[in-house]
Amino acid sequence: MKSLKLMLAATAAVMTLSTAAPANTLKWGAARDIDSLDPYAFGSTFTLAFLNHVYEGLVRYDANLKIEPALAESWEIVEPTVWRFKLRKGVKFHNGSDFTADDAMASLKRISHETSPLKGNLPAYKDARKIDDHTVDIMLNSAYPLLLNDLTNVFMFDKEWLVANNSELPTDVAKGVEGYATHHANGTGPFMLESRRPDAKTILVVNPKWWDAPRHNLTRIEFTPIASAPTRVAALLSGDINYTEAAPLQDLQRLQASPEVKTLLSTELRTVFFALNFKDRLTESDVKDKNPLKDRRVRRALYQGLAMDQMQKRAMRGLSRNTGALVAPAIPGYTPDMDARLPFDAEGAKKLLAEAGYPNGFSLSLVCSTDSYVNEEEICQSAAAMWARIGIKANLSSGPRSIQNPKRVKGEFDITTLGWANEPMIDAYSILVQVMHGKTGSAGVFNWGNWGHPRIDELTDKAANELNPEKRIPMMSEALKIAKEEILFLPLHQQPMAWATRTDVTGAVQLSDNKARHWFTRMK
Amino acid sequence: MLAFLLRRLANAVAVMLTVALIAFVIFRFVGDPVEMMLNEQATQAQRDALRERLGLNASPAMQFARFVTNAIQGDFGISYRNQQDVFTLIAERFPATLELVLVATILSLALGIPFGVVTAIRRNSVLAQALQLVSIVGISLPSFALGILLILVFSVQLGWLPGFGRGEVVDLGFWSTGLLTASGRKALVLPSITLALFQITLVMRLVRAEMLETLRTDFIKFARARGLPDRVVHFRHALRNCLMPVITVTGMQIGNLIAFALITETVFQWPGTGLLFIQAVTFVDIPVMAAYLVIVSFIFVALNTVVDMLYAVVDPRLRMQGSGGGGHGG
Repeated sequence: MKSLKLMLAATAAVMTLSTAAPANTLKWGAARDIDSLDPYAFGSTFTLAFLNHVYEGLVRYDANLKIEPALAESWEIVEPTVWRFKLRKGVKFHNGSDFTADDAMASLKRISHETSPLKGNLPAYKDARKIDDHTVDIMLNSAYPLLLNDLTNVFMFDKEWLVANNSELPTDVAKGVEGYATHHANGTGPFMLESRRPDAKTILVVNPKWWDAPRHNLTRIEFTPIASAPTRVAALLSGDINYTEAAPLQDLQRLQASPEVKTLLSTELRTVFFALNFKDRLTESDVKDKNPLKDRRVRRALYQGLAMDQMQKRAMRGLSRNTGALVAPAIPGYTPDMDARLPFDAEGAKKLLAEAGYPNGFSLSLVCSTDSYVNEEEICQSAAAMWARIGIKANLSSGPRSIQNPKRVKGEFDITTLGWANEPMIDAYSILVQVMHGKTGSAGVFNWGNWGHPRIDELTDKAANELNPEKRIPMMSEALKIAKEEILFLPLHQQPMAWATRTDVTGAVQLSDNKARHWFTRMK
Repeated sequence: MLAFLLRRLANAVAVMLTVALIAFVIFRFVGDPVEMMLNEQATQAQRDALRERLGLNASPAMQFARFVTNAIQGDFGISYRNQQDVFTLIAERFPATLELVLVATILSLALGIPFGVVTAIRRNSVLAQALQLVSIVGISLPSFALGILLILVFSVQLGWLPGFGRGEVVDLGFWSTGLLTASGRKALVLPSITLALFQITLVMRLVRAEMLETLRTDFIKFARARGLPDRVVHFRHALRNCLMPVITVTGMQIGNLIAFALITETVFQWPGTGLLFIQAVTFVDIPVMAAYLVIVSFIFVALNTVVDMLYAVVDPRLRMQGSGGGGHGG
């Protein structure tokens, strides 16, 4: 009996070996579907990360999150506002046509068009000109140091393909007409689109003619969105999928208990903090005549009233990384001394409030969503409970992001959660110009509560035009330190990310931007 | 009959307009699509320009007028999120939902009717008691909990059935079906049971109540007195008289299932219209939400009308009343 079992097992092993060896299929169960096959369709980091398997930019991030050449071989700054790119020769699109300067021109024109939702990803772009078949100049509005960072997410289309399918311009939702690129894809990337059924399955197959030497050994990627977390966990346990970029935190123990499943845990670039209302009045408070949050002592009391160790343990299940900084360590501009937090001190916080003239505390509104950040609801609930202990009564308003975001944008909050990953540029300039800078011109879009500091604006504007990183990065650090010193925000943590794979997936590379890069993934 | 039809038609139009109005009012509170469409890098000017182009700055009355005008022409625009034509988007998802609903309905009839008969004619047997107990569970267990339970048992523990998706589907041009492939049929099992459980118990309880009523009537007594075997009395005479309300309720419930399959669809990642709607809500995809609500209300209105007309055809008493002008459904 025993020998029979052994024989059966051996036959099974041989059979799986012989069938599995030639076809390495990554079965990817994702928390959500991609929005479109058109990378210039919808401002979604997740969709862009997926489409990066099919489409590529002129430059890309390597396995250490450093920028390296991709479809451009090299580049130089001709004048401060003109960058010259030498394009890689011999690159072919999936339909067989060559990648040339015309394609790059058409792609830049498409993404920077008036109706493109991703126009903001290329903020300094003015124009481009073709020098020869494999050289392109990109002209900028002003000297701008982050062009390469921006270009990692500007994917290259085939011009003839766009023209033939009447898709040279991005799809305009306002016009109500579908675009060809929404349903079809033709890039230069390591994988080619085989088929797509929205919400069900998108299949990619390996591109045998990829210009780069592949590090991966996949032959096929079957991408299935599984929105329901328990279903996703079940699919991983039963082997229906062998990779997910969204392992639910509450199920990690269960997944780790299975010998067939591996988890990859880390913290991502996104730093989560509380942003405060700095307007003349609070929106919902028993203090009517002024805004107590303008007093640094009050802000400090709120900061020191947060028992972050407890929050990390309870709300985040020990998986987040508490920080006193507003950007993650991988972001240029970060310095290690920013990380130190003011200690938790409820008694001290009460004293500070009394000094500021609020011995009995006061009430305010706390606006949170349930689906913007990891365990956001738990974060807000525990913060409200902790503040109650120092006498601050935070009235928590919780709801889906789609409902809460308009309130945030209109400044209808006294305290709200805000998380910033500094993507896609991966540079502190992103948070400085979009969040901290005053609302002037195109800056300060996310300055919802009228916060800021004149020196931060000044440093940010200077850093915007400084091409030398030796000078630029210290400027950004200085600005971040002012925000820390003034307690403009209440930093919390870098949020956790959790991937899980079956044991047959060996080399998944998880970087802190939480993007899947399966051109690095290997299978047994 | 013509007057009846015209009246129903006027009713239908009024219902549809009301739905459109309610839908429209809801959209003003679901959030701002622009905030979802643009990413963190977009400037304020770009946000304002997009809002203007989408016509979100126009007055509510203007927006409503435009919404109704477009809806009447069947033009629901394209999805904000994935830029696909909304009508095609829903039409693509509809076969998945309808197949699920039909299989669930067949299950509910195939199981619910015999269970109902058994619990009625063997009221005190252990089997009947057990079925009654299970039916209480079926009515009170939320479908997402049942779905996950089924996945854990049949997909994770036993590995018999897939826990998500539709399996392989065959495209028939206008229709995509999972019924023609083995994996498609396997994928249908768990979601259809999840969706059907409530229906099964509903049909069972309905049949039981009707049977108990019918079994007390005189013609059953006469049938028994004539010495007909129990099987014939129960199934040919009693059950037949119970089926009218069952058919009606089932017909109405099909509309309900189509509209509310969304929980089952979310749990099983079933690519149907419910899943589409849930995602549209998350992304403030107004064109998709609007079209979904209008189409679902249309299905409801159409089913209602058909059921009412069937009533008139089947039941002569109603026909007479109908031509006389009164008429109220059973």
